[in-house]
Amino acid sequence: MADRLTVVVVEEDRDRAIAIVDALKASEDCDVFVIGNVSGLARQIAAHEPDVVLIDIDNPTRDMLEELTLASGPLERPVAMFVSGAAGGLATAAIEAGVSAYVVDGLKAERLKPIMDAAIARFQMVRQMRTELAETRRALEERKVIDRAKGVLMKARGVGEEEAYAMLRKTAMDQGRKVADVAEALVTASGLLS
Amino acid sequence: MKTVTLPVAYMPLVDAAPLIVAQDLGFAEAEGLSLDLIAAPSWSSVRDMLAFGRVDAAHMLSPVPVAMALGLGGVRTALSAVSVTSVNGNVIGVGRPLEDKLRSAGHDFSFDDAAHAGAALASVIDDRLTVGVPFPFSMHVELLHYWFENTPLAGLDVTIRVVPPPLMAQAMAAGEIDAFCVGEPWGSVTVESGAGALLLPAKSIWAFAPEKVLAVRSDWAETEPHLLGRLMRATFKAGRWLSLPESRTAAATLLSRKEYLDVSSELIDRALSGRLTISSNGDQRQVDDLLEFNAGAANFPWRSQAKWIGARMAQRSGFDVGEAMRAAGSVFRSDLYRQELSQTTSDMPGASEKLEGSLAHATAVASETGRLILHPDRFFDGRIFDPSAKS
Repeated sequence: MADRLTVVVVEEDRDRAIAIVDALKASEDCDVFVIGNVSGLARQIAAHEPDVVLIDIDNPTRDMLEELTLASGPLERPVAMFVSGAAGGLATAAIEAGVSAYVVDGLKAERLKPIMDAAIARFQMVRQMRTELAETRRALEERKVIDRAKGVLMKARGVGEEEAYAMLRKTAMDQGRKVADVAEALVTASGLLS
Repeated sequence: MKTVTLPVAYMPLVDAAPLIVAQDLGFAEAEGLSLDLIAAPSWSSVRDMLAFGRVDAAHMLSPVPVAMALGLGGVRTALSAVSVTSVNGNVIGVGRPLEDKLRSAGHDFSFDDAAHAGAALASVIDDRLTVGVPFPFSMHVELLHYWFENTPLAGLDVTIRVVPPPLMAQAMAAGEIDAFCVGEPWGSVTVESGAGALLLPAKSIWAFAPEKVLAVRSDWAETEPHLLGRLMRATFKAGRWLSLPESRTAAATLLSRKEYLDVSSELIDRALSGRLTISSNGDQRQVDDLLEFNAGAANFPWRSQAKWIGARMAQRSGFDVGEAMRAAGSVFRSDLYRQELSQTTSDMPGASEKLEGSLAHATAVASETGRLILHPDRFFDGRIFDPSAKS
Protein backbone atom coordinates (compact mmCIF):
# COMPACT_ATOMS: atom_id res chain seq x y z
CA MET A 1 0.00 0.00 0.00
CA ALA A 2 1.72 3.09 -1.25
CA ASP A 3 -0.55 5.24 0.87
CA ARG A 4 0.72 4.06 4.25
CA LEU A 5 3.12 6.41 5.91
CA THR A 6 6.55 5.15 6.87
CA VAL A 7 7.88 6.50 10.15
CA VAL A 8 11.39 6.03 11.51
CA VAL A 9 11.98 6.51 15.23
CA VAL A 10 15.56 7.06 16.40
CA GLU A 11 15.69 5.84 19.99
CA GLU A 12 18.36 3.80 21.75
CA ASP A 13 16.29 2.84 24.80
CA ARG A 14 14.34 -0.28 23.85
CA ASP A 15 11.40 0.14 26.23
CA ARG A 16 10.92 3.73 25.28
CA ALA A 17 11.07 2.83 21.60
CA ILE A 18 8.39 0.16 22.01
CA ALA A 19 6.12 2.62 23.82
CA ILE A 20 6.50 5.15 21.01
CA VAL A 21 5.87 2.56 18.30
CA ASP A 22 2.72 1.33 20.04
CA ALA A 23 1.36 4.85 20.35
CA LEU A 24 2.02 5.63 16.69
CA LYS A 25 0.47 2.40 15.44
CA ALA A 26 -2.61 2.91 17.56
CA SER A 27 -3.15 6.35 16.08
CA GLU A 28 -2.56 5.70 12.40
CA ASP A 29 -2.14 2.83 10.01
CA CYS A 30 1.57 3.24 9.39
CA ASP A 31 4.86 1.36 9.16
CA VAL A 32 7.20 2.20 12.00
CA PHE A 33 10.89 1.34 12.14
CA VAL A 34 13.13 1.88 15.13
CA ILE A 35 16.83 2.66 14.77
CA GLY A 36 18.67 2.01 18.01
CA ASN A 37 22.25 2.02 16.83
CA VAL A 38 23.34 5.42 15.58
CA SER A 39 26.38 4.33 13.59
CA GLY A 40 25.83 5.38 9.99
CA LEU A 41 22.55 6.94 11.05
CA ALA A 42 21.77 8.86 7.87
CA ARG A 43 22.41 5.76 5.75
CA GLN A 44 20.22 3.58 7.95
CA ILE A 45 17.40 6.11 7.76
CA ALA A 46 17.67 6.47 4.00
CA ALA A 47 17.31 2.71 3.58
CA HIS A 48 13.74 2.91 4.96
CA GLU A 49 12.70 5.81 2.69
CA PRO A 50 10.64 7.30 5.51
CA ASP A 51 8.02 10.03 5.28
CA VAL A 52 8.66 11.11 8.84
CA VAL A 53 11.68 10.75 11.16
CA LEU A 54 11.18 11.27 14.89
CA ILE A 55 14.01 11.82 17.37
CA ASP A 56 14.33 13.00 20.95
CA ILE A 57 15.27 16.66 21.01
CA ASP A 58 17.94 15.99 23.66
CA ASN A 59 19.64 13.31 21.58
CA PRO A 60 23.13 14.57 20.61
CA THR A 61 23.06 12.48 17.43
CA ARG A 62 20.34 14.79 16.12
CA ASP A 63 23.00 16.75 14.27
CA MET A 64 23.58 13.68 12.10
CA LEU A 65 20.01 14.06 10.83
CA GLU A 66 20.74 17.59 9.62
CA GLU A 67 22.54 15.98 6.71
CA LEU A 68 19.17 14.77 5.48
CA THR A 69 18.01 18.34 4.98
CA LEU A 70 20.66 18.93 2.33
CA ALA A 71 19.68 18.21 -1.25
CA SER A 72 22.88 16.22 -1.67
CA GLY A 73 22.10 14.13 1.39
CA PRO A 74 21.60 10.38 1.35
CA LEU A 75 17.81 10.69 0.96
CA GLU A 76 16.74 11.41 -2.59
CA ARG A 77 13.61 13.15 -1.38
CA PRO A 78 14.51 16.33 0.44
CA VAL A 79 13.60 16.38 4.10
CA ALA A 80 12.75 19.49 6.02
CA MET A 81 12.56 19.89 9.72
CA PHE A 82 8.92 20.10 10.54
CA VAL A 83 8.54 23.60 11.85
CA SER A 84 6.63 26.04 9.78
CA GLY A 85 3.61 26.61 7.60
CA ALA A 86 0.01 25.88 8.46
CA ALA A 87 0.94 23.39 11.16
CA GLY A 88 3.17 25.86 12.98
CA GLY A 89 1.39 25.38 16.31
CA LEU A 90 2.00 21.67 16.08
CA ALA A 91 5.72 22.29 15.60
CA THR A 92 5.97 24.43 18.73
CA ALA A 93 4.05 21.79 20.69
CA ALA A 94 6.47 19.17 19.42
CA ILE A 95 9.50 21.15 20.53
CA GLU A 96 7.98 21.72 23.95
CA ALA A 97 7.28 18.01 24.26
CA GLY A 98 10.89 17.25 23.37
CA VAL A 99 10.47 15.61 19.99
CA SER A 100 11.89 16.83 16.73
CA ALA A 101 10.39 15.62 13.51
CA TYR A 102 11.94 15.57 10.06
CA VAL A 103 9.34 15.37 7.34
CA VAL A 104 9.64 14.65 3.64
CA ASP A 105 8.94 17.70 1.54
CA GLY A 106 5.37 17.91 0.30
CA LEU A 107 3.75 15.73 2.93
CA LYS A 108 0.36 17.28 3.73
CA ALA A 109 -0.27 18.64 7.19
CA GLU A 110 -3.51 16.65 7.64
CA ARG A 111 -1.65 13.40 7.00
CA LEU A 112 0.99 14.36 9.47
CA LYS A 113 -1.27 15.53 12.27
CA PRO A 114 -2.33 12.16 13.77
CA ILE A 115 1.28 10.98 13.81
CA MET A 116 2.51 14.16 15.40
CA ASP A 117 -0.29 14.24 17.97
CA ALA A 118 0.55 10.70 19.04
CA ALA A 119 4.30 11.38 19.08
CA ILE A 120 3.86 14.56 21.09
CA ALA A 121 1.68 12.86 23.69
CA ARG A 122 4.09 9.95 24.03
CA PHE A 123 7.25 12.04 24.22
CA GLN A 124 5.59 14.26 26.80
CA MET A 125 4.89 11.19 28.92
CA VAL A 126 8.45 9.91 28.50
CA ARG A 127 9.85 13.29 29.43
CA GLN A 128 7.67 13.48 32.51
CA MET A 129 8.74 10.02 33.60
CA ARG A 130 12.36 10.97 33.12
CA THR A 131 11.94 14.14 35.18
CA GLU A 132 10.20 12.19 37.93
CA LEU A 133 12.95 9.57 37.95
CA ALA A 134 15.63 12.25 38.22
CA GLU A 135 13.66 13.91 40.99
CA THR A 136 13.37 10.64 42.91
CA ARG A 137 17.09 9.98 42.53
CA ARG A 138 17.94 13.45 43.74
CA ALA A 139 15.62 13.11 46.75
CA LEU A 140 17.27 9.80 47.59
CA GLU A 141 20.73 11.35 47.37
CA GLU A 142 19.67 14.23 49.61
CA ARG A 143 18.22 11.79 52.10
CA LYS A 144 21.54 9.97 52.25
CA VAL A 145 23.56 13.15 52.78
CA ILE A 146 21.20 14.37 55.48
CA ASP A 147 21.46 11.02 57.28
CA ARG A 148 25.25 11.21 57.17
CA ALA A 149 25.22 14.79 58.44
CA LYS A 150 22.92 13.76 61.30
CA GLY A 151 25.37 10.99 62.16
CA VAL A 152 28.25 13.50 62.23
CA LEU A 153 26.32 15.82 64.56
CA MET A 154 25.14 13.02 66.85
CA LYS A 155 28.71 11.85 67.29
CA ALA A 156 30.34 15.27 67.64
CA ARG A 157 27.72 16.92 69.83
CA GLY A 158 26.37 13.90 71.67
CA VAL A 159 22.77 14.65 70.69
CA GLY A 160 19.91 12.45 69.53
CA GLU A 161 18.74 12.06 65.95
CA GLU A 162 15.82 14.47 66.21
CA GLU A 163 17.91 17.17 67.80
CA ALA A 164 20.61 16.71 65.15
CA TYR A 165 17.99 17.23 62.43
CA ALA A 166 16.60 20.28 64.22
CA MET A 167 20.10 21.80 64.26
CA LEU A 168 20.50 21.23 60.54
CA ARG A 169 17.09 22.73 59.84
CA LYS A 170 17.69 25.79 61.99
CA THR A 171 21.07 26.47 60.35
CA ALA A 172 19.47 26.10 56.93
CA MET A 173 16.68 28.55 57.86
CA ASP A 174 19.09 31.08 59.38
CA GLN A 175 21.28 31.03 56.28
CA GLY A 176 18.45 30.83 53.78
CA ARG A 177 19.79 27.58 52.36
CA LYS A 178 18.38 24.12 51.76
CA VAL A 179 18.81 21.51 54.51
CA ALA A 180 20.49 19.22 51.99
CA ASP A 181 23.04 21.91 51.14
CA VAL A 182 23.90 22.52 54.79
CA ALA A 183 24.20 18.75 55.30
CA GLU A 184 26.47 18.46 52.28
CA ALA A 185 28.75 21.24 53.57
CA LEU A 186 28.91 19.62 56.99
CA VAL A 187 29.76 16.20 55.59
CA THR A 188 32.47 17.72 53.38
CA ALA A 189 33.93 19.73 56.26
CA SER A 190 33.94 16.80 58.63
CA GLY A 191 35.66 14.72 55.98
CA LEU A 192 38.42 17.33 55.82
CA LEU A 193 38.77 17.55 59.60
CA SER A 194 38.83 13.86 60.40
CA MET B 1 19.97 49.40 36.66
CA LYS B 2 17.51 46.57 37.17
CA THR B 3 19.04 43.16 36.53
CA VAL B 4 17.40 41.31 33.66
CA THR B 5 17.74 37.55 33.22
CA LEU B 6 18.52 36.50 29.68
CA PRO B 7 18.35 32.83 28.57
CA VAL B 8 21.37 32.01 26.36
CA ALA B 9 22.20 28.67 24.70
CA TYR B 10 25.69 27.34 24.10
CA MET B 11 27.54 24.17 23.18
CA PRO B 12 30.05 23.06 25.84
CA LEU B 13 33.25 23.89 23.94
CA VAL B 14 36.35 25.92 24.81
CA ASP B 15 35.13 28.69 22.51
CA ALA B 16 31.93 29.12 24.53
CA ALA B 17 34.24 30.85 27.02
CA PRO B 18 33.13 34.46 26.34
CA LEU B 19 29.55 33.77 27.49
CA ILE B 20 30.64 31.64 30.45
CA VAL B 21 33.18 34.26 31.54
CA ALA B 22 30.70 37.09 31.00
CA GLN B 23 28.34 35.46 33.48
CA ASP B 24 30.80 33.94 35.94
CA LEU B 25 33.24 36.84 36.29
CA GLY B 26 30.62 39.56 36.53
CA PHE B 27 30.88 41.26 33.10
CA ALA B 28 27.17 40.53 32.59
CA GLU B 29 26.27 41.75 36.06
CA ALA B 30 28.08 45.03 35.41
CA GLU B 31 25.72 45.52 32.46
CA GLY B 32 22.66 44.65 34.56
CA LEU B 33 22.32 41.18 33.07
CA SER B 34 22.15 37.70 34.49
CA LEU B 35 22.81 35.09 31.79
CA ASP B 36 20.84 31.90 32.22
CA LEU B 37 23.32 29.68 30.36
CA ILE B 38 21.76 26.57 28.84
CA ALA B 39 24.14 23.86 27.61
CA ALA B 40 22.68 22.29 24.48
CA PRO B 41 23.02 18.64 23.42
CA SER B 42 23.45 19.48 19.71
CA TRP B 43 23.88 22.39 17.30
CA SER B 44 20.42 21.74 15.85
CA SER B 45 19.12 22.17 19.35
CA VAL B 46 20.96 25.50 19.80
CA ARG B 47 19.49 26.76 16.54
CA ASP B 48 15.95 25.60 17.38
CA MET B 49 16.04 27.07 20.88
CA LEU B 50 17.02 30.42 19.39
CA ALA B 51 14.68 30.27 16.39
CA PHE B 52 11.64 29.33 18.50
CA GLY B 53 12.28 31.75 21.31
CA ARG B 54 13.33 29.36 24.07
CA VAL B 55 16.47 31.52 24.39
CA ASP B 56 17.19 35.09 23.27
CA ALA B 57 20.82 34.65 22.24
CA ALA B 58 23.21 31.84 21.42
CA HIS B 59 26.83 30.84 20.87
CA MET B 60 26.64 29.66 17.28
CA LEU B 61 28.70 28.33 14.38
CA SER B 62 29.26 31.34 12.13
CA PRO B 63 27.92 29.63 8.97
CA VAL B 64 24.57 28.66 10.58
CA PRO B 65 22.84 32.06 10.35
CA VAL B 66 24.26 32.47 6.83
CA ALA B 67 22.88 29.06 5.77
CA MET B 68 19.48 29.99 7.21
CA ALA B 69 19.47 33.25 5.23
CA LEU B 70 20.21 31.22 2.10
CA GLY B 71 17.34 28.83 2.85
CA LEU B 72 19.60 25.85 3.59
CA GLY B 73 18.64 23.44 6.37
CA GLY B 74 15.25 23.04 7.98
CA VAL B 75 14.67 26.33 9.78
CA ARG B 76 14.14 29.76 8.20
CA THR B 77 13.95 32.28 11.07
CA ALA B 78 16.03 35.39 10.33
CA LEU B 79 19.05 35.51 12.64
CA SER B 80 21.67 38.22 13.12
CA ALA B 81 25.32 37.59 13.97
CA VAL B 82 25.99 40.68 16.10
CA SER B 83 29.62 39.89 16.90
CA VAL B 84 32.25 37.24 16.31
CA THR B 85 33.02 35.64 19.67
CA SER B 86 36.05 33.65 18.51
CA VAL B 87 38.34 33.33 15.53
CA ASN B 88 39.96 29.98 14.56
CA GLY B 89 40.18 27.13 17.07
CA ASN B 90 39.51 23.97 15.04
CA VAL B 91 41.96 21.15 14.46
CA ILE B 92 42.15 18.43 11.82
CA GLY B 93 43.10 14.97 13.01
CA VAL B 94 43.62 11.55 11.49
CA GLY B 95 42.92 8.11 12.93
CA ARG B 96 45.62 5.62 13.85
CA PRO B 97 45.76 3.81 10.47
CA LEU B 98 46.31 7.07 8.54
CA GLU B 99 48.75 8.35 11.16
CA ASP B 100 50.85 5.19 10.72
CA LYS B 101 50.77 5.45 6.93
CA LEU B 102 51.77 9.11 7.05
CA ARG B 103 54.68 8.36 9.36
CA SER B 104 55.85 5.44 7.19
CA ALA B 105 55.73 7.76 4.18
CA GLY B 106 57.99 10.16 6.08
CA HIS B 107 55.49 12.94 6.83
CA ASP B 108 56.86 15.21 9.57
CA PHE B 109 53.56 16.41 11.13
CA SER B 110 55.03 19.92 10.97
CA PHE B 111 51.52 21.19 11.72
CA ASP B 112 51.87 24.48 9.86
CA ASP B 113 51.57 23.80 6.15
CA ALA B 114 48.17 22.83 4.73
CA ALA B 115 49.47 22.33 1.18
CA HIS B 116 52.24 20.03 2.35
CA ALA B 117 49.96 18.03 4.68
CA GLY B 118 47.25 17.79 1.99
CA ALA B 119 49.70 16.35 -0.52
CA ALA B 120 51.08 13.92 2.05
CA LEU B 121 47.58 12.77 2.98
CA ALA B 122 46.54 12.33 -0.65
CA SER B 123 49.62 10.18 -1.31
CA VAL B 124 48.76 7.63 1.39
CA ILE B 125 45.03 7.27 0.70
CA ASP B 126 44.15 4.20 -1.33
CA ASP B 127 40.68 4.96 -2.59
CA ARG B 128 38.53 7.09 -0.35
CA LEU B 129 38.59 9.36 2.68
CA THR B 130 35.72 10.02 5.09
CA VAL B 131 36.03 13.01 7.40
CA GLY B 132 33.85 13.67 10.45
CA VAL B 133 32.60 17.18 11.26
CA PRO B 134 30.22 18.41 13.99
CA PHE B 135 27.59 20.02 11.74
CA PRO B 136 26.77 20.42 8.01
CA PHE B 137 26.84 24.23 8.34
CA SER B 138 30.14 24.99 10.01
CA MET B 139 33.53 26.59 9.43
CA HIS B 140 34.86 23.01 9.70
CA VAL B 141 33.01 22.05 6.50
CA GLU B 142 33.93 25.27 4.68
CA LEU B 143 37.64 24.97 5.47
CA LEU B 144 37.77 21.26 4.62
CA HIS B 145 36.17 21.87 1.21
CA TYR B 146 38.58 24.72 0.54
CA TRP B 147 41.51 22.51 1.50
CA PHE B 148 40.30 19.51 -0.56
CA GLU B 149 39.73 21.65 -3.67
CA ASN B 150 43.17 23.18 -3.66
CA THR B 151 45.41 20.20 -2.87
CA PRO B 152 45.92 16.79 -4.53
CA LEU B 153 43.04 15.60 -2.30
CA ALA B 154 40.79 17.07 -5.02
CA GLY B 155 41.29 14.01 -7.19
CA LEU B 156 40.10 11.59 -4.53
CA ASP B 157 36.72 10.32 -3.36
CA VAL B 158 36.28 12.40 -0.21
CA THR B 159 33.13 12.37 1.93
CA ILE B 160 32.25 14.69 4.80
CA ARG B 161 30.00 13.15 7.44
CA VAL B 162 28.40 14.64 10.53
CA VAL B 163 29.44 12.99 13.81
CA PRO B 164 28.79 14.60 17.22
CA PRO B 165 32.28 15.40 18.64
CA PRO B 166 31.90 13.20 21.75
CA LEU B 167 31.35 10.24 19.38
CA MET B 168 34.28 11.05 17.05
CA ALA B 169 36.77 8.67 18.67
CA GLN B 170 34.18 5.88 18.65
CA ALA B 171 33.28 6.47 14.98
CA MET B 172 36.98 6.35 14.17
CA ALA B 173 37.47 3.07 16.01
CA ALA B 174 34.48 1.63 14.12
CA GLY B 175 36.07 2.65 10.81
CA GLU B 176 33.21 5.01 9.92
CA ILE B 177 35.53 7.97 9.58
CA ASP B 178 39.24 8.18 8.77
CA ALA B 179 39.81 11.75 9.90
CA PHE B 180 37.98 14.65 11.55
CA CYS B 181 37.83 18.39 11.96
CA VAL B 182 36.60 19.56 15.39
CA GLY B 183 36.87 22.37 17.88
CA GLU B 184 38.73 22.01 21.15
CA PRO B 185 38.72 20.25 23.54
CA TRP B 186 37.63 17.39 21.26
CA GLY B 187 40.84 17.24 19.20
CA SER B 188 42.95 16.95 22.36
CA VAL B 189 40.48 14.48 23.88
CA THR B 190 40.91 12.24 20.82
CA VAL B 191 44.71 12.43 21.08
CA GLU B 192 44.50 11.52 24.78
CA SER B 193 42.25 8.56 24.00
CA GLY B 194 44.94 7.23 21.64
CA ALA B 195 42.52 7.11 18.70
CA GLY B 196 44.58 9.35 16.46
CA ALA B 197 46.89 12.31 15.92
CA LEU B 198 46.41 15.95 14.97
CA LEU B 199 47.54 16.81 11.45
CA LEU B 200 46.81 20.53 11.12
CA PRO B 201 45.23 23.46 12.90
CA ALA B 202 42.34 24.59 10.65
CA LYS B 203 43.85 28.09 10.74
CA SER B 204 46.59 26.81 8.46
CA ILE B 205 43.87 26.77 5.77
CA TRP B 206 42.49 30.25 6.53
CA ALA B 207 44.56 32.18 9.06
CA PHE B 208 41.69 34.31 10.46
CA ALA B 209 38.42 32.42 10.11
CA PRO B 210 35.37 33.65 12.05
CA GLU B 211 34.47 30.56 14.06
CA LYS B 212 31.62 31.32 16.47
CA VAL B 213 29.24 34.26 16.60
CA LEU B 214 26.89 35.76 19.11
CA ALA B 215 23.55 35.19 17.38
CA VAL B 216 20.12 36.64 18.12
CA ARG B 217 16.79 36.66 16.26
CA SER B 218 16.78 39.68 13.97
CA ASP B 219 13.34 40.78 15.21
CA TRP B 220 14.54 40.52 18.83
CA ALA B 221 17.48 42.79 17.94
CA GLU B 222 14.91 45.33 16.69
CA THR B 223 12.62 45.16 19.70
CA GLU B 224 15.24 44.86 22.47
CA PRO B 225 18.11 47.13 21.38
CA HIS B 226 19.09 48.01 24.96
CA LEU B 227 19.28 44.42 26.16
CA LEU B 228 21.22 43.54 23.02
CA GLY B 229 23.74 46.32 23.63
CA ARG B 230 24.26 45.19 27.21
CA LEU B 231 24.76 41.59 26.12
CA MET B 232 27.20 42.62 23.38
CA ARG B 233 29.28 44.73 25.77
CA ALA B 234 29.39 42.01 28.44
CA THR B 235 30.49 39.41 25.88
CA PHE B 236 33.04 41.78 24.35
CA LYS B 237 34.62 42.53 27.73
CA ALA B 238 34.74 38.82 28.55
CA GLY B 239 36.56 38.20 25.26
CA ARG B 240 39.03 40.99 25.99
CA TRP B 241 39.73 39.48 29.41
CA LEU B 242 40.16 36.03 27.84
CA SER B 243 42.76 37.29 25.39
CA LEU B 244 45.07 38.47 28.20
CA PRO B 245 47.84 35.89 28.80
CA GLU B 246 47.44 36.25 32.58
CA SER B 247 43.79 35.13 32.39
CA ARG B 248 44.63 31.74 30.96
CA THR B 249 44.92 29.66 34.11
CA ALA B 250 41.80 31.10 35.67
CA ALA B 251 39.87 30.63 32.41
CA ALA B 252 40.96 26.99 32.08
CA THR B 253 39.95 26.27 35.68
CA LEU B 254 36.56 27.96 35.22
CA LEU B 255 35.73 26.16 31.96
CA SER B 256 36.77 22.78 33.36
CA ARG B 257 34.02 22.92 35.99
CA LYS B 258 31.42 20.21 35.91
CA GLU B 259 28.56 22.52 34.96
CA TYR B 260 30.49 23.81 31.92
CA LEU B 261 32.86 21.52 29.97
CA ASP B 262 33.63 18.89 32.62
CA VAL B 263 37.06 18.25 31.05
CA SER B 264 40.43 18.60 32.82
CA SER B 265 41.77 22.15 32.90
CA GLU B 266 45.08 20.88 31.48
CA LEU B 267 43.32 19.81 28.25
CA ILE B 268 41.51 23.16 28.03
CA ASP B 269 44.75 25.04 28.58
CA ARG B 270 46.18 23.47 25.43
CA ALA B 271 43.64 25.34 23.31
CA LEU B 272 44.03 28.59 25.25
CA SER B 273 47.83 28.54 25.13
CA GLY B 274 48.11 27.19 21.58
CA ARG B 275 50.50 24.52 22.83
CA LEU B 276 48.97 21.31 21.54
CA THR B 277 50.01 17.73 22.11
CA ILE B 278 49.45 16.29 18.65
CA SER B 279 50.06 12.56 19.09
CA SER B 280 50.10 9.85 21.69
CA ASN B 281 53.93 10.00 21.51
CA GLY B 282 53.60 13.34 23.27
CA ASP B 283 54.84 15.48 20.33
CA GLN B 284 53.98 19.12 20.94
CA ARG B 285 53.40 22.03 18.56
CA GLN B 286 52.99 25.72 19.34
CA VAL B 287 50.36 27.56 17.26
CA ASP B 288 49.88 31.34 17.48
CA ASP B 289 46.28 32.57 17.25
CA LEU B 290 45.07 28.97 17.60
CA LEU B 291 41.97 30.43 19.23
CA GLU B 292 41.56 34.21 19.42
CA PHE B 293 38.88 35.87 21.52
CA ASN B 294 39.61 39.56 20.95
CA ALA B 295 42.90 40.77 19.44
CA GLY B 296 43.11 42.05 15.87
CA ALA B 297 39.48 43.23 15.90
CA ALA B 298 38.53 39.55 16.12
CA ASN B 299 35.04 40.42 17.36
CA PHE B 300 34.15 42.68 14.45
CA PRO B 301 31.59 40.93 12.21
CA TRP B 302 33.13 41.74 8.82
CA ARG B 303 30.47 41.58 6.13
CA SER B 304 33.17 40.21 3.83
CA GLN B 305 33.58 37.17 6.10
CA ALA B 306 29.87 36.39 5.80
CA LYS B 307 30.02 36.93 2.04
CA TRP B 308 32.88 34.45 1.74
CA ILE B 309 30.80 31.86 3.63
CA GLY B 310 27.72 32.66 1.52
CA ALA B 311 29.64 32.49 -1.76
CA ARG B 312 31.16 29.12 -0.88
CA MET B 313 27.82 27.63 0.15
CA ALA B 314 26.14 28.98 -2.98
CA GLN B 315 28.80 27.46 -5.25
CA ARG B 316 28.29 24.03 -3.71
CA SER B 317 24.49 24.25 -3.74
CA GLY B 318 24.17 25.68 -7.24
CA PHE B 319 22.70 29.01 -6.09
CA ASP B 320 23.32 32.40 -7.65
CA VAL B 321 26.56 33.52 -6.02
CA GLY B 322 25.92 37.27 -6.23
CA GLU B 323 22.52 36.97 -4.58
CA ALA B 324 23.89 34.65 -1.91
CA MET B 325 26.65 37.14 -1.11
CA ARG B 326 24.13 39.94 -0.68
CA ALA B 327 21.93 37.80 1.59
CA ALA B 328 24.93 36.57 3.60
CA GLY B 329 26.47 40.03 4.02
CA SER B 330 23.37 41.35 5.75
CA VAL B 331 23.53 38.60 8.40
CA PHE B 332 26.82 39.84 9.92
CA ARG B 333 25.68 43.02 11.64
CA SER B 334 28.65 45.36 11.55
CA ASP B 335 26.06 48.19 11.83
CA LEU B 336 24.86 47.00 15.25
CA TYR B 337 28.43 46.29 16.33
CA ARG B 338 29.47 49.89 15.59
CA GLN B 339 26.37 51.26 17.25
CA GLU B 340 26.74 49.30 20.50
CA LEU B 341 30.50 48.98 20.95
CA SER B 342 32.03 52.24 19.70
CA GLN B 343 32.27 53.49 23.31
CA THR B 344 33.77 50.22 24.53
CA THR B 345 36.59 49.52 22.09
CA SER B 346 39.11 51.62 20.26
CA ASP B 347 39.61 48.81 17.75
CA MET B 348 36.76 49.90 15.47
CA PRO B 349 37.66 49.45 11.80
CA GLY B 350 36.87 52.27 9.38
CA ALA B 351 35.41 49.86 6.81
CA SER B 352 32.94 46.98 7.17
CA GLU B 353 34.41 44.84 4.43
CA LYS B 354 37.96 43.87 3.58
CA LEU B 355 39.79 41.79 1.03
CA GLU B 356 39.79 38.44 2.83
CA GLY B 357 43.15 36.69 2.60
CA SER B 358 45.20 39.73 1.71
CA LEU B 359 47.27 40.08 4.90
CA ALA B 360 50.41 37.97 5.15
CA HIS B 361 51.61 39.89 8.21
CA ALA B 362 50.06 41.87 11.04
CA THR B 363 49.09 45.16 9.39
CA ALA B 364 48.02 48.58 10.66
CA VAL B 365 44.82 49.85 9.05
CA ALA B 366 42.57 52.88 9.37
CA SER B 367 40.21 52.82 12.29
CA GLU B 368 37.81 55.30 13.87
CA THR B 369 40.27 56.44 16.53
CA GLY B 370 43.63 55.90 14.94
CA ARG B 371 45.49 52.73 14.28
CA LEU B 372 44.21 49.23 14.44
CA ILE B 373 46.44 46.21 13.90
CA LEU B 374 44.82 43.42 11.92
CA HIS B 375 46.26 39.93 12.16
CA PRO B 376 47.35 37.81 9.17
CA ASP B 377 44.32 36.38 7.36
CA ARG B 378 45.81 34.48 4.42
CA PHE B 379 44.31 31.46 2.71
CA PHE B 380 46.89 28.69 2.35
CA ASP B 381 46.82 28.87 -1.45
CA GLY B 382 47.40 32.63 -1.46
CA ARG B 383 44.09 33.48 -3.14
CA ILE B 384 42.29 36.68 -2.18
CA PHE B 385 38.51 36.97 -1.82
CA ASP B 386 37.11 40.28 -3.02
CA PRO B 387 33.65 40.80 -1.49
CA SER B 388 32.70 43.39 -4.10
CA ALA B 389 33.60 41.21 -7.08
CA LYS B 390 30.77 40.21 -9.40
CA SER B 391 30.88 36.53 -10.05
